Amino acid sequence: MNPKRKRRLLLVGLLLLGVSAAVALTLTALKENVSLFITPADIAAGRIPQGNQFRVGGIVVANSVKRDSDSLHIQFDVTDGAGTVRVDYTGILPDLFREGQGIVAQGSIENGIFKANEVLAKHDEKYMPPEVAEALKRANTPAPHPTGAQ
Amino acid sequence: MTDFWQMGGYALYVWPSYALFLAVVVYWLVAPWLEVKRTLRKMKQRKRRQHARANTGEQHESQA
Amino acid sequence: MWKTLKRWFHQLGSPRTFYRFSGALIPWLFVAMVITLAWGLYQSLLVAPTDYQQGESYRILYVHVPSAWMGLFIYVLMAVSGLIALVWRMKVAEMVAIACAPIGAAYTFVTLVTGSLWGKPMWGTWWEWDARLTSELFLLFLYLGVMGLYAAIEDRRKAARAAALLALVGVVNLPIIHYSVVWWNTLHQGATVKLFSGESHMHPSMLKALLIMTAATKFHFGVALLQSVRARILQQESKASWVQELVDD
Repeated sequence: MNPKRKRRLLLVGLLLLGVSAAVALTLTALKENVSLFITPADIAAGRIPQGNQFRVGGIVVANSVKRDSDSLHIQFDVTDGAGTVRVDYTGILPDLFREGQGIVAQGSIENGIFKANEVLAKHDEKYMPPEVAEALKRANTPAPHPTGAQ
Repeated sequence: MTDFWQMGGYALYVWPSYALFLAVVVYWLVAPWLEVKRTLRKMKQRKRRQHARANTGEQHESQA
Repeated sequence: MWKTLKRWFHQLGSPRTFYRFSGALIPWLFVAMVITLAWGLYQSLLVAPTDYQQGESYRILYVHVPSAWMGLFIYVLMAVSGLIALVWRMKVAEMVAIACAPIGAAYTFVTLVTGSLWGKPMWGTWWEWDARLTSELFLLFLYLGVMGLYAAIEDRRKAARAAALLALVGVVNLPIIHYSVVWWNTLHQGATVKLFSGESHMHPSMLKALLIMTAATKFHFGVALLQSVRARILQQESKASWVQELVDD
């Protein structure tokens, strides 16, 4: 490679390195702000973001969902394994909402209960036909890896 | 067949997604192809005009 | 081996060879695309089974995920051609880099819109400013930025080099898009198909359609890119004698 090209390559490399470093530093500094939600464990530990409204994410605890029969009011517990928080919400839920499902709720803490004004469902990265899911349930495999081997 | 078009109640989300995808696919097959054709046609026209001008130029010269 | 590669690289760097070579390649790519696309659509819409959680709505994945992969793939190609254009000042590399931008932007746009159409029924929202969605939107802006910068500068070759530099700087966004779901809490789920670990969270009966659609988008991009570059070659090399000969017959 002739020296002119080498110099250009070096300059481009340095520029990229500089930009990467700047972006990495910025993102590390903004780590808290980039994350969409905190976990119930964060709430238990008092690590609640400033401002009134924030988001909490976790799994809907099995058998914790209590619905009003005549309104859209609903209460359920959300856990991340390390902590649990009760969520109180009135409104339409996404189609994926169910027990054992990951959700993200936005709202604020009032008397230890998380009053949500929005509930979003988070789905996992697994895709399989219902029969396979059923078979896995029957076999009682804890973490379904539907492809089996690879 | 109606079951298929209803997509389990998600027709409003599934079909627009596929439609947009296919529209983009078709656009990017047609547009560059037309661009090549258009460019070639333009160049041919320019060349013909140049030839015509050159020919009339020669005639003028011979008359003079 | 190395010598052959180097010769190829230099030959393809000649607009004339590139024009001829791509002209011969396009019909084959086009046929491959038509076959894989038809087969892929059939598999995605009719053969792949319903998902246990998301029902039929998950079929959006078959256009969303291949498009998202194309958005990243095209960006990598654009940046590599940009690097070659900057370091070696190769005309064809400049044209390839510039031709990549609008196609990549189109695929990224499809990714964003289909993701939104999927998010509404499943997540309960069209849009959320989480790290994955935001960095993907940023990718679209990078593509538009490259196109804008190229259009703003008068001299075609200087414009291409400036745009290539912007494309290279934007490479920093690629790992952010990929790892956003790992580094931060996001609404978007983690990766389903893992290229390097070989482990996938998708049932083989569903994965097949995804792989075929992915192949179809690759062939499609091949046709679209090569033809776009050919158009640019004709426009920028219009004074070259071999282009003039093309017009003769």
